[in-house]
Amino acid sequence: MANHRPWPRRAVDAGQWSALVASLAAGERTLLGLWGDADCVHMALLGEKGRDVAVASFSCAQGCFPSVAARHPPAMRFERAIHDLFGYEPIDAPDERPWLDHGRWPVRAPLGDRQPPAPEPPPYPFLTSVGEGLHQIPVGPVHAGIIEPGHFRFTANGETVVRLEERLGYVHKGIEGLMTGAPIARAAKLAGRCSGDSTVAYAIAFARAVEAALAVEIPERAVWLRALMAELERVANHLGDIGAICNDAAFALMLAHCSALREKVLRASAACFGHRLMMDAVVPGGVAVDLDARAPHILRSLVGRIRAVFPRLVELYDNTASLQDRTVATGRLDSALAQKFGCGGFVGRASGRSFDARRDLAYPPYDRLEFEVPVLAEGDVNARVWVRIREVEQSLRLIEQILVRLPAGEVMAATGEGSGEGIALVEGFRGDILAWVRLGGGLVERCHLRDPSWLQWPVLEAAIEGNIVADFPLCNKSFNCSYSGHDL
Amino acid sequence: MRRILFDSLLKGPLTEPAPSGDDPELLALGRELKTALDAWFGGSLAIRMVDAGSCNGCELEIHALNNPFYDLERFGLKFVASPRHADMLLVTGPVTRNMREALERTFDATPSPKWVVAAGDCARDGGVFAGSYAVAGGVGVVVPVDLHIPGCPPTPLQLVKGLLALTGKAR
Repeated sequence: MANHRPWPRRAVDAGQWSALVASLAAGERTLLGLWGDADCVHMALLGEKGRDVAVASFSCAQGCFPSVAARHPPAMRFERAIHDLFGYEPIDAPDERPWLDHGRWPVRAPLGDRQPPAPEPPPYPFLTSVGEGLHQIPVGPVHAGIIEPGHFRFTANGETVVRLEERLGYVHKGIEGLMTGAPIARAAKLAGRCSGDSTVAYAIAFARAVEAALAVEIPERAVWLRALMAELERVANHLGDIGAICNDAAFALMLAHCSALREKVLRASAACFGHRLMMDAVVPGGVAVDLDARAPHILRSLVGRIRAVFPRLVELYDNTASLQDRTVATGRLDSALAQKFGCGGFVGRASGRSFDARRDLAYPPYDRLEFEVPVLAEGDVNARVWVRIREVEQSLRLIEQILVRLPAGEVMAATGEGSGEGIALVEGFRGDILAWVRLGGGLVERCHLRDPSWLQWPVLEAAIEGNIVADFPLCNKSFNCSYSGHDL
Repeated sequence: MRRILFDSLLKGPLTEPAPSGDDPELLALGRELKTALDAWFGGSLAIRMVDAGSCNGCELEIHALNNPFYDLERFGLKFVASPRHADMLLVTGPVTRNMREALERTFDATPSPKWVVAAGDCARDGGVFAGSYAVAGGVGVVVPVDLHIPGCPPTPLQLVKGLLALTGKAR
């Protein structure tokens, strides 16, 4: 396909499609995303070495495509979402239940042929578990804390979870529908609001996809400022989550100290970039805000402050037996499963999957920065906490390097009103975010954003098995999958 | 742990003074509602937070209300786990069609007298998500709203100001 950058997109026939599915099933490639478009479905794949990306497109002129999930389960929820949004039928799909469509929209297949809705919301049969003494615990969509909505159906034998089934889609806002036909600036605003905690990473992913599509080079200073914001976002989220995980194990002291540190990061971000979460600071073409003269000083003293306090908190985490008792060996994610699902971020890296888009795809400026990607093999809550601790340390190193090497100059380039297709894979704090756009005359014809959670939510169902119900908050928080990013 | 606790004792609290309630709009609202609050709730308020479709940005800032800098509980405001324990619903997000029923049921489960505060720009009219097939609209479309706190997301300070206006405690 001409005009698809930076990686190729090819139209494939049924034979080639099934060969690709076979290579996914054999573990030779990793599924990055599967999404619908006018008259076709696209599948993004990561090569064996984790450094090459390709997109395969299969024509859906007949309204159907051969199911990927039939042989490669990670595709299951993608296919259910494609069916809900576009109406395409995955042939031989193992699960035909709807996913995002709860029967409440005024239209079916809103991005496809727009059918009238069913008169009644259809029933949603949960999977069954049969055995003596089993009982079900339904939780949500409104949870007991300050968190996003989703439904969990536990089947328990006494205190032990034998099955967890998630039902998501409650926060589906139709973002891809809103983006269709929107000007680039409006679409960028929407992209930054897919998942509030990853607003910088989403904005970078969307901007990079747009810039690839239009073959726009952005100023060097903007490249570095984007990385600076991305690392601040990563530090803030990791600090907040490390505290929250400990709080779920009834160790509130860690939450108090970590949330105070997180607050300091957010205040520094607001002082430097004008917004605590740095929303709308990254835009296609560059960045919307430039650092002023006092910003480097603010950020250096922030890094110094975290360096002074954080090691003592890490020591506290490491030396508190009551905390370790809850986190070690809890919610173990098998490394083979993490590999198969292509789990990104700390979820994958705590289970031995060494992939980091910053290092492996080496997008700028990370190709010129020094950092390590921490990997552990245990796959339990404790390992996910430790990977996050190490990532905080690496991000502080990165922030310092960026401050030293930040070039002077412009921060915005004109994007123009061209046409083309672009794709980007950007490392957010949670893992790799995929953005794909097709532009026509300055408008977004189609945009797809894939949150890392799509590939992490399903393995949480597996990781919780055999744990006690009371450890679910701990496991769930250690994954911290996004609801809004997933539901879109 | 001993060292950290000892250090914290010496350093004193991080908590910052309450924001001034100099915003005339909020002051007026505060005066109007203070009488009701004192009469009905004895000066304290239990909040049940409901995400009806937000991007999670508002939740992050609402979380921050509990950090040592803002420490909302010192004003008599606390977050509770069940709508049955709540005096007030704090609702974020454009209400998605998939969440509409859950929000209605949470509202119905909250005993009267009750207030609803909508937090964030989306909660007013759907914000950037208005017009989507999947969005019902602002919170007011589904349940009656008493106060709206603007912002995308509202900062913790804006939230504290808004909530204090509601309880009439802003100085």
